[in-house]
Amino acid sequence: MSLPDLSALWLTARLALVTTLVLLAIGTPLAWWLAQTKSRFKPAIEALIALPLVLPPTVLGFYLLIAMSPNAPFGGFWLAATGDTLSFSFTGLVIGSVIYSFPFMIQPLQSAFEGPVQQAMRTAASLRASRVDAFFSVAVPMSVRGFVTATVLSFAHTLGEFGVVLMVGGNIPDRTRVASIEIYENVETLNYGDAHALSLILLVISFITLFCVFLFNKRFPAHVRL
Amino acid sequence: MATNFKTTLEKLQTDFEARSGYALNLVSGSTGKLYAQIVNGAPYDVFLAADQARPERLVEDGQANGASRFTYAHGGLALWGPARDDVTPDTLWETDVTRFALANPDLAPYGAASVQLLDRYERRDVFEPHLVYGESIGQTFAFLSTGNAELGFVAASQVLALPEPDRGGYWLVPRQLHDPIAQDAVLLKRGTGNRVAAAFLTYLRSDDARKIIRESGYWTEYGDWVE
Repeated sequence: MSLPDLSALWLTARLALVTTLVLLAIGTPLAWWLAQTKSRFKPAIEALIALPLVLPPTVLGFYLLIAMSPNAPFGGFWLAATGDTLSFSFTGLVIGSVIYSFPFMIQPLQSAFEGPVQQAMRTAASLRASRVDAFFSVAVPMSVRGFVTATVLSFAHTLGEFGVVLMVGGNIPDRTRVASIEIYENVETLNYGDAHALSLILLVISFITLFCVFLFNKRFPAHVRL
Repeated sequence: MATNFKTTLEKLQTDFEARSGYALNLVSGSTGKLYAQIVNGAPYDVFLAADQARPERLVEDGQANGASRFTYAHGGLALWGPARDDVTPDTLWETDVTRFALANPDLAPYGAASVQLLDRYERRDVFEPHLVYGESIGQTFAFLSTGNAELGFVAASQVLALPEPDRGGYWLVPRQLHDPIAQDAVLLKRGTGNRVAAAFLTYLRSDDARKIIRESGYWTEYGDWVE
Protein backbone atom coordinates (compact mmCIF):
# COMPACT_ATOMS: atom_id res chain seq x y z
CA MET A 1 0.00 0.00 0.00
CA SER A 2 1.70 3.16 -1.20
CA LEU A 3 1.04 6.58 0.21
CA PRO A 4 -1.84 8.23 -1.69
CA ASP A 5 -1.91 11.81 -2.91
CA LEU A 6 -2.26 13.83 0.28
CA SER A 7 -3.48 17.10 -1.26
CA ALA A 8 -7.12 16.07 -0.76
CA LEU A 9 -6.42 15.39 2.90
CA TRP A 10 -4.74 18.75 3.33
CA LEU A 11 -7.70 20.47 1.65
CA THR A 12 -10.06 18.66 4.01
CA ALA A 13 -8.06 19.87 7.01
CA ARG A 14 -8.13 23.45 5.73
CA LEU A 15 -11.88 23.27 5.09
CA ALA A 16 -12.51 21.90 8.58
CA LEU A 17 -10.30 24.54 10.17
CA VAL A 18 -11.84 27.53 8.36
CA THR A 19 -15.34 26.18 8.95
CA THR A 20 -14.66 25.75 12.67
CA LEU A 21 -13.28 29.29 13.01
CA VAL A 22 -16.27 30.79 11.20
CA LEU A 23 -18.61 28.71 13.36
CA LEU A 24 -16.88 29.88 16.55
CA ALA A 25 -17.32 33.49 15.48
CA ILE A 26 -20.99 33.15 14.53
CA GLY A 27 -21.91 30.41 16.98
CA THR A 28 -20.68 31.96 20.22
CA PRO A 29 -22.97 35.04 20.21
CA LEU A 30 -25.90 33.01 18.89
CA ALA A 31 -25.49 30.27 21.51
CA TRP A 32 -25.16 32.95 24.16
CA TRP A 33 -28.37 34.62 23.04
CA LEU A 34 -30.17 31.25 23.00
CA ALA A 35 -28.93 30.43 26.51
CA GLN A 36 -30.48 33.50 28.05
CA THR A 37 -33.37 34.49 25.80
CA LYS A 38 -37.01 34.15 26.77
CA SER A 39 -38.14 34.90 23.23
CA ARG A 40 -41.10 32.90 21.99
CA PHE A 41 -39.18 32.29 18.76
CA LYS A 42 -36.51 30.30 20.64
CA PRO A 43 -37.96 26.83 19.91
CA ALA A 44 -38.30 27.68 16.23
CA ILE A 45 -34.70 28.88 16.02
CA GLU A 46 -33.46 25.84 17.92
CA ALA A 47 -35.36 23.58 15.54
CA LEU A 48 -33.89 25.42 12.55
CA ILE A 49 -30.35 25.00 13.89
CA ALA A 50 -30.89 21.29 14.54
CA LEU A 51 -32.19 20.63 11.02
CA PRO A 52 -28.84 19.49 9.54
CA LEU A 53 -28.84 16.66 12.11
CA VAL A 54 -31.89 15.07 10.56
CA LEU A 55 -32.02 16.27 6.95
CA PRO A 56 -30.24 14.23 4.31
CA PRO A 57 -27.20 16.15 2.99
CA THR A 58 -28.80 15.93 -0.45
CA VAL A 59 -31.53 18.37 0.65
CA LEU A 60 -28.96 20.91 1.78
CA GLY A 61 -26.81 20.22 -1.29
CA PHE A 62 -29.77 20.66 -3.59
CA TYR A 63 -30.83 23.99 -2.05
CA LEU A 64 -27.23 25.22 -2.09
CA LEU A 65 -26.85 24.26 -5.74
CA ILE A 66 -29.98 26.29 -6.54
CA ALA A 67 -28.99 29.25 -4.34
CA MET A 68 -25.38 29.42 -5.54
CA SER A 69 -26.31 29.29 -9.20
CA PRO A 70 -25.49 32.54 -11.04
CA ASN A 71 -29.17 32.50 -12.06
CA ALA A 72 -30.22 32.93 -8.42
CA PRO A 73 -30.03 36.36 -6.71
CA PHE A 74 -27.39 35.32 -4.16
CA GLY A 75 -25.23 33.37 -6.61
CA GLY A 76 -25.58 36.11 -9.21
CA PHE A 77 -24.56 38.78 -6.73
CA TRP A 78 -21.53 36.73 -5.75
CA LEU A 79 -20.44 36.25 -9.35
CA ALA A 80 -20.81 39.97 -10.03
CA ALA A 81 -18.92 40.92 -6.87
CA THR A 82 -16.04 38.42 -7.06
CA GLY A 83 -15.92 37.32 -10.68
CA ASP A 84 -16.17 33.70 -9.62
CA THR A 85 -19.11 31.37 -9.07
CA LEU A 86 -19.89 30.36 -5.51
CA SER A 87 -20.60 26.79 -6.44
CA PHE A 88 -17.46 24.79 -7.18
CA SER A 89 -15.37 27.13 -5.00
CA PHE A 90 -13.67 26.71 -1.62
CA THR A 91 -15.80 29.56 -0.25
CA GLY A 92 -18.91 27.74 -1.41
CA LEU A 93 -17.79 24.63 0.46
CA VAL A 94 -17.13 26.69 3.59
CA ILE A 95 -20.68 28.08 3.45
CA GLY A 96 -22.09 24.59 2.99
CA SER A 97 -19.96 23.17 5.81
CA VAL A 98 -20.88 25.99 8.20
CA ILE A 99 -24.57 25.23 7.73
CA TYR A 100 -23.97 21.49 7.85
CA SER A 101 -21.98 21.60 11.11
CA PHE A 102 -24.00 24.39 12.77
CA PRO A 103 -25.73 22.24 15.43
CA PHE A 104 -22.41 20.71 16.43
CA MET A 105 -21.15 24.15 17.41
CA ILE A 106 -24.34 25.67 18.84
CA GLN A 107 -25.69 22.87 20.98
CA PRO A 108 -22.65 22.20 23.20
CA LEU A 109 -22.04 25.94 23.60
CA GLN A 110 -25.65 26.65 24.46
CA SER A 111 -25.78 24.02 27.18
CA ALA A 112 -22.45 25.25 28.52
CA PHE A 113 -23.83 28.80 28.76
CA GLU A 114 -27.04 27.84 30.53
CA GLY A 115 -27.74 27.55 34.28
CA PRO A 116 -24.70 28.13 36.49
CA VAL A 117 -23.05 30.47 33.98
CA GLN A 118 -26.11 32.72 33.86
CA GLN A 119 -26.18 32.78 37.66
CA ALA A 120 -22.53 33.71 37.78
CA MET A 121 -23.19 36.46 35.25
CA ARG A 122 -25.90 37.91 37.50
CA THR A 123 -23.48 37.85 40.41
CA ALA A 124 -20.86 39.59 38.30
CA ALA A 125 -23.44 42.19 37.28
CA SER A 126 -24.32 42.82 40.94
CA LEU A 127 -20.61 43.49 41.46
CA ARG A 128 -20.86 46.06 38.68
CA ALA A 129 -18.79 44.19 36.12
CA SER A 130 -19.67 45.20 32.57
CA ARG A 131 -21.45 42.55 30.52
CA VAL A 132 -18.54 42.15 28.07
CA ASP A 133 -16.02 41.96 30.89
CA ALA A 134 -18.16 39.41 32.73
CA PHE A 135 -18.59 37.34 29.59
CA PHE A 136 -14.85 37.01 29.00
CA SER A 137 -13.72 36.73 32.60
CA VAL A 138 -16.59 34.61 33.94
CA ALA A 139 -18.64 32.90 31.25
CA VAL A 140 -15.86 31.83 28.90
CA PRO A 141 -13.55 30.30 31.52
CA MET A 142 -16.50 28.49 33.09
CA SER A 143 -17.48 27.02 29.73
CA VAL A 144 -14.12 25.62 28.64
CA ARG A 145 -15.54 22.16 28.27
CA GLY A 146 -18.37 23.43 26.09
CA PHE A 147 -15.94 25.30 23.85
CA VAL A 148 -13.65 22.30 23.46
CA THR A 149 -16.53 19.94 22.69
CA ALA A 150 -18.14 22.35 20.22
CA THR A 151 -14.88 23.13 18.43
CA VAL A 152 -13.72 19.55 18.12
CA LEU A 153 -17.11 18.18 17.08
CA SER A 154 -17.50 20.87 14.42
CA PHE A 155 -14.02 20.14 13.12
CA ALA A 156 -14.52 16.37 13.11
CA HIS A 157 -17.98 16.61 11.56
CA THR A 158 -16.63 18.74 8.71
CA LEU A 159 -13.84 16.19 8.13
CA GLY A 160 -16.58 13.64 7.53
CA GLU A 161 -18.59 15.76 5.16
CA PHE A 162 -19.46 14.13 1.88
CA GLY A 163 -22.94 14.60 0.47
CA VAL A 164 -22.98 18.39 0.37
CA VAL A 165 -19.51 18.61 -1.15
CA LEU A 166 -20.39 15.97 -3.71
CA MET A 167 -23.37 18.03 -4.84
CA VAL A 168 -21.86 21.53 -4.99
CA GLY A 169 -18.12 20.84 -5.20
CA GLY A 170 -17.43 19.88 -8.78
CA ASN A 171 -14.39 17.79 -7.81
CA ILE A 172 -11.66 20.35 -8.55
CA PRO A 173 -8.17 19.39 -7.32
CA ASP A 174 -6.90 21.61 -4.46
CA ARG A 175 -10.17 23.55 -4.39
CA THR A 176 -13.06 21.19 -3.80
CA ARG A 177 -11.70 17.65 -4.05
CA VAL A 178 -11.72 16.78 -0.36
CA ALA A 179 -10.65 13.43 1.09
CA SER A 180 -14.15 11.92 1.22
CA ILE A 181 -14.65 12.69 -2.49
CA GLU A 182 -11.22 11.29 -3.33
CA ILE A 183 -12.09 8.06 -1.50
CA TYR A 184 -15.39 7.83 -3.36
CA GLU A 185 -13.61 8.31 -6.67
CA ASN A 186 -11.00 5.70 -5.81
CA VAL A 187 -13.72 3.19 -4.96
CA GLU A 188 -15.55 3.91 -8.21
CA THR A 189 -12.42 3.43 -10.28
CA LEU A 190 -11.55 0.18 -8.49
CA ASN A 191 -8.51 1.87 -6.98
CA TYR A 192 -9.04 0.11 -3.67
CA GLY A 193 -5.44 0.55 -2.49
CA ASP A 194 -5.65 4.34 -2.30
CA ALA A 195 -9.20 4.14 -0.98
CA HIS A 196 -7.96 1.94 1.89
CA ALA A 197 -5.02 4.19 2.69
CA LEU A 198 -7.05 7.42 2.75
CA SER A 199 -9.91 5.81 4.66
CA LEU A 200 -7.54 4.51 7.28
CA ILE A 201 -5.91 7.91 7.71
CA LEU A 202 -9.33 9.58 8.14
CA LEU A 203 -10.41 6.89 10.57
CA VAL A 204 -7.31 7.31 12.73
CA ILE A 205 -7.52 11.13 12.72
CA SER A 206 -11.22 11.06 13.60
CA PHE A 207 -10.71 8.54 16.38
CA ILE A 208 -7.84 10.49 17.93
CA THR A 209 -9.83 13.71 17.74
CA LEU A 210 -12.87 12.24 19.43
CA PHE A 211 -10.75 10.34 21.94
CA CYS A 212 -9.14 13.62 23.02
CA VAL A 213 -12.57 15.20 23.58
CA PHE A 214 -13.76 12.38 25.79
CA LEU A 215 -10.49 12.33 27.67
CA PHE A 216 -10.73 16.08 28.20
CA ASN A 217 -14.38 15.89 29.24
CA LYS A 218 -13.55 13.29 31.86
CA ARG A 219 -10.98 15.56 33.46
CA PHE A 220 -13.07 18.71 33.39
CA PRO A 221 -16.51 19.15 34.94
CA ALA A 222 -19.32 20.50 32.77
CA HIS A 223 -18.91 23.90 34.38
CA VAL A 224 -15.58 24.99 35.75
CA ARG A 225 -15.90 26.59 39.16
CA LEU A 226 -13.97 29.79 39.42
CA MET B 1 -28.48 0.38 -15.73
CA ALA B 2 -26.15 3.27 -16.25
CA THR B 3 -27.80 6.60 -15.41
CA ASN B 4 -27.38 8.05 -18.91
CA PHE B 5 -29.66 5.31 -20.29
CA LYS B 6 -32.44 5.79 -17.74
CA THR B 7 -35.04 7.71 -19.76
CA THR B 8 -34.37 5.57 -22.82
CA LEU B 9 -34.71 2.37 -20.84
CA GLU B 10 -37.98 3.58 -19.37
CA LYS B 11 -39.31 3.95 -22.92
CA LEU B 12 -38.01 0.47 -23.76
CA GLN B 13 -39.55 -0.87 -20.56
CA THR B 14 -43.02 0.39 -21.50
CA ASP B 15 -42.72 -1.14 -24.95
CA PHE B 16 -41.26 -4.42 -23.69
CA GLU B 17 -43.84 -4.85 -20.93
CA ALA B 18 -46.70 -4.16 -23.33
CA ARG B 19 -45.38 -6.76 -25.76
CA SER B 20 -44.32 -9.50 -23.37
CA GLY B 21 -46.54 -9.08 -20.34
CA TYR B 22 -43.42 -9.36 -18.16
CA ALA B 23 -42.57 -6.65 -15.63
CA LEU B 24 -39.09 -5.15 -15.18
CA ASN B 25 -37.56 -3.64 -12.07
CA LEU B 26 -35.07 -0.91 -12.96
CA VAL B 27 -32.17 0.25 -10.82
CA SER B 28 -30.05 3.13 -12.05
CA GLY B 29 -26.66 4.33 -10.87
CA SER B 30 -23.18 5.04 -12.11
CA THR B 31 -21.55 2.08 -13.80
CA GLY B 32 -18.77 1.98 -11.20
CA LYS B 33 -21.18 1.90 -8.29
CA LEU B 34 -23.40 -0.75 -9.87
CA TYR B 35 -20.31 -2.84 -10.62
CA ALA B 36 -19.28 -2.69 -6.96
CA GLN B 37 -22.81 -3.63 -5.91
CA ILE B 38 -22.90 -6.60 -8.29
CA VAL B 39 -19.51 -7.87 -7.10
CA ASN B 40 -20.85 -7.65 -3.57
CA GLY B 41 -23.94 -9.70 -4.31
CA ALA B 42 -26.61 -7.20 -5.38
CA PRO B 43 -29.80 -8.94 -6.59
CA TYR B 44 -29.59 -7.90 -10.25
CA ASP B 45 -30.16 -10.12 -13.29
CA VAL B 46 -29.10 -7.92 -16.19
CA PHE B 47 -26.51 -5.12 -16.27
CA LEU B 48 -26.61 -2.31 -18.83
CA ALA B 49 -23.30 -0.52 -18.35
CA ALA B 50 -22.04 2.78 -19.74
CA ASP B 51 -18.82 1.16 -20.86
CA GLN B 52 -17.36 -2.17 -21.96
CA ALA B 53 -14.78 -2.55 -19.24
CA ARG B 54 -17.06 -3.37 -16.30
CA PRO B 55 -19.17 -6.03 -18.09
CA GLU B 56 -15.95 -7.53 -19.41
CA ARG B 57 -14.50 -7.65 -15.93
CA LEU B 58 -17.65 -9.25 -14.53
CA VAL B 59 -17.34 -11.97 -17.16
CA GLU B 60 -13.68 -12.52 -16.26
CA ASP B 61 -14.61 -12.77 -12.58
CA GLY B 62 -17.29 -15.33 -13.34
CA GLN B 63 -20.05 -12.95 -12.26
CA ALA B 64 -21.63 -12.72 -15.70
CA ASN B 65 -22.28 -14.80 -18.79
CA GLY B 66 -19.70 -13.96 -21.46
CA ALA B 67 -21.82 -15.23 -24.36
CA SER B 68 -24.58 -12.79 -23.47
CA ARG B 69 -22.40 -9.68 -23.65
CA PHE B 70 -23.15 -7.29 -26.52
CA THR B 71 -23.08 -3.57 -27.31
CA TYR B 72 -26.62 -2.24 -27.01
CA ALA B 73 -25.80 1.42 -27.73
CA HIS B 74 -23.06 3.86 -28.64
CA GLY B 75 -23.34 7.07 -26.68
CA GLY B 76 -23.56 10.41 -28.41
CA LEU B 77 -22.06 13.54 -26.91
CA ALA B 78 -23.64 17.01 -26.94
CA LEU B 79 -22.13 20.40 -26.23
CA TRP B 80 -24.89 22.09 -24.29
CA GLY B 81 -25.57 25.70 -23.23
CA PRO B 82 -29.03 25.60 -21.63
CA ALA B 83 -29.30 29.40 -21.44
CA ARG B 84 -28.09 29.99 -24.99
CA ASP B 85 -30.05 30.21 -28.21
CA ASP B 86 -27.41 28.61 -30.30
CA VAL B 87 -24.44 26.36 -29.66
CA THR B 88 -22.07 25.39 -32.48
CA PRO B 89 -18.49 24.10 -32.61
CA ASP B 90 -17.48 27.79 -32.60
CA THR B 91 -18.90 28.13 -29.10
CA LEU B 92 -15.76 26.29 -27.96
CA TRP B 93 -13.75 29.37 -28.95
CA GLU B 94 -15.62 31.72 -26.66
CA THR B 95 -13.44 33.06 -23.91
CA ASP B 96 -15.93 34.31 -21.32
CA VAL B 97 -17.21 30.95 -20.08
CA THR B 98 -17.19 31.04 -16.25
CA ARG B 99 -17.86 27.36 -15.63
CA PHE B 100 -17.48 24.54 -18.10
CA ALA B 101 -18.97 21.22 -16.95
CA LEU B 102 -18.05 17.71 -17.97
CA ALA B 103 -18.28 14.29 -16.40
CA ASN B 104 -15.25 13.11 -14.45
CA PRO B 105 -13.12 11.40 -17.14
CA ASP B 106 -11.88 8.82 -14.62
CA LEU B 107 -15.40 7.79 -13.69
CA ALA B 108 -17.53 8.25 -16.78
CA PRO B 109 -16.86 7.28 -20.42
CA TYR B 110 -18.72 10.41 -21.50
CA GLY B 111 -16.21 12.43 -19.49
CA ALA B 112 -13.29 10.71 -21.18
CA ALA B 113 -14.80 11.47 -24.61
CA SER B 114 -15.37 15.10 -23.58
CA VAL B 115 -11.72 15.52 -22.63
CA GLN B 116 -10.72 13.91 -25.90
CA LEU B 117 -12.78 16.45 -27.80
CA LEU B 118 -11.31 19.39 -25.92
CA ASP B 119 -7.86 18.01 -26.64
CA ARG B 120 -8.69 17.54 -30.29
CA TYR B 121 -9.57 21.22 -30.63
CA GLU B 122 -6.69 22.22 -28.33
CA ARG B 123 -9.13 23.96 -26.01
CA ARG B 124 -8.39 22.01 -22.86
CA ASP B 125 -5.73 24.37 -21.53
CA VAL B 126 -7.99 27.36 -22.11
CA PHE B 127 -10.91 25.86 -20.23
CA GLU B 128 -8.83 24.10 -17.57
CA PRO B 129 -9.31 26.79 -14.85
CA HIS B 130 -13.05 26.77 -15.55
CA LEU B 131 -13.67 23.02 -15.62
CA VAL B 132 -15.96 21.39 -13.09
CA TYR B 133 -16.49 17.66 -12.95
CA GLY B 134 -19.75 15.85 -12.32
CA GLU B 135 -19.32 12.46 -10.68
CA SER B 136 -21.62 11.10 -13.38
CA ILE B 137 -23.08 12.42 -16.60
CA GLY B 138 -26.30 12.85 -14.59
CA GLN B 139 -24.68 15.27 -12.15
CA THR B 140 -23.00 17.11 -15.02
CA PHE B 141 -26.44 17.58 -16.53
CA ALA B 142 -27.71 18.92 -13.19
CA PHE B 143 -24.82 21.43 -12.92
CA LEU B 144 -25.85 22.81 -16.30
CA SER B 145 -29.62 22.73 -15.93
CA THR B 146 -29.45 24.57 -12.58
CA GLY B 147 -27.28 27.25 -14.20
CA ASN B 148 -24.24 26.54 -12.02
CA ALA B 149 -22.26 25.90 -15.18
CA GLU B 150 -23.11 27.63 -18.42
CA LEU B 151 -21.55 25.35 -20.99
CA GLY B 152 -20.54 21.72 -20.98
CA PHE B 153 -20.59 18.24 -22.44
CA VAL B 154 -23.49 15.94 -21.62
CA ALA B 155 -25.02 12.90 -23.27
CA ALA B 156 -27.00 13.69 -26.40
CA SER B 157 -29.76 11.49 -24.98
CA GLN B 158 -30.16 13.82 -21.98
CA VAL B 159 -30.69 16.93 -24.08
CA LEU B 160 -32.99 15.16 -26.53
CA ALA B 161 -35.11 13.87 -23.63
CA LEU B 162 -36.06 17.48 -22.83
CA PRO B 163 -39.11 19.03 -24.49
CA GLU B 164 -37.90 21.01 -27.48
CA PRO B 165 -38.53 24.53 -26.08
CA ASP B 166 -36.48 23.71 -22.95
CA ARG B 167 -33.36 22.51 -24.71
CA GLY B 168 -31.56 25.81 -25.14
CA GLY B 169 -28.56 25.66 -27.46
CA TYR B 170 -26.87 22.36 -28.21
CA TRP B 171 -24.51 20.85 -30.73
CA LEU B 172 -24.65 17.10 -31.33
CA VAL B 173 -21.01 16.13 -31.64
CA PRO B 174 -20.27 14.05 -34.75
CA ARG B 175 -19.31 10.62 -33.49
CA GLN B 176 -16.08 10.41 -35.47
CA LEU B 177 -14.64 13.19 -33.30
CA HIS B 178 -14.20 10.98 -30.26
CA ASP B 179 -13.62 7.31 -29.47
CA PRO B 180 -16.85 5.35 -29.47
CA ILE B 181 -18.68 5.27 -26.17
CA ALA B 182 -19.70 1.64 -26.44
CA GLN B 183 -22.18 0.58 -23.79
CA ASP B 184 -22.41 -3.14 -23.14
CA ALA B 185 -25.18 -5.25 -21.69
CA VAL B 186 -24.57 -8.55 -19.95
CA LEU B 187 -26.58 -11.29 -18.27
CA LEU B 188 -25.48 -11.64 -14.66
CA LYS B 189 -24.92 -14.93 -12.85
CA ARG B 190 -28.07 -14.42 -10.79
CA GLY B 191 -30.10 -13.98 -13.99
CA THR B 192 -29.12 -17.36 -15.43
CA GLY B 193 -32.30 -19.22 -16.28
CA ASN B 194 -34.46 -16.12 -15.68
CA ARG B 195 -36.92 -16.09 -18.58
CA VAL B 196 -37.70 -12.39 -18.28
CA ALA B 197 -34.00 -11.48 -18.36
CA ALA B 198 -33.45 -13.60 -21.47
CA ALA B 199 -36.54 -12.18 -23.17
CA PHE B 200 -35.46 -8.63 -22.41
CA LEU B 201 -31.95 -9.14 -23.79
CA THR B 202 -33.46 -10.60 -26.97
CA TYR B 203 -35.83 -7.64 -27.19
CA LEU B 204 -32.93 -5.20 -26.69
CA ARG B 205 -31.40 -6.50 -29.96
CA SER B 206 -34.67 -6.22 -31.90
CA ASP B 207 -35.25 -3.61 -34.58
CA ASP B 208 -38.07 -2.03 -32.60
CA ALA B 209 -35.85 -1.56 -29.56
CA ARG B 210 -32.98 -0.24 -31.66
CA LYS B 211 -35.26 2.32 -33.26
CA ILE B 212 -36.23 3.64 -29.81
CA ILE B 213 -32.56 3.69 -28.80
CA ARG B 214 -31.56 5.64 -31.93
CA GLU B 215 -34.36 8.15 -31.49
CA SER B 216 -33.16 8.78 -27.95
CA GLY B 217 -29.75 10.04 -29.00
CA TYR B 218 -27.62 6.89 -29.34
CA TRP B 219 -26.18 5.00 -32.27
CA THR B 220 -26.82 1.29 -32.52
CA GLU B 221 -24.37 0.48 -35.31
CA TYR B 222 -20.82 1.60 -35.45
CA GLY B 223 -19.76 -0.08 -38.70
CA ASP B 224 -19.34 3.16 -40.59
CA TRP B 225 -17.24 4.76 -37.91
CA VAL B 226 -13.98 6.10 -39.32
CA GLU B 227 -10.96 7.70 -37.72
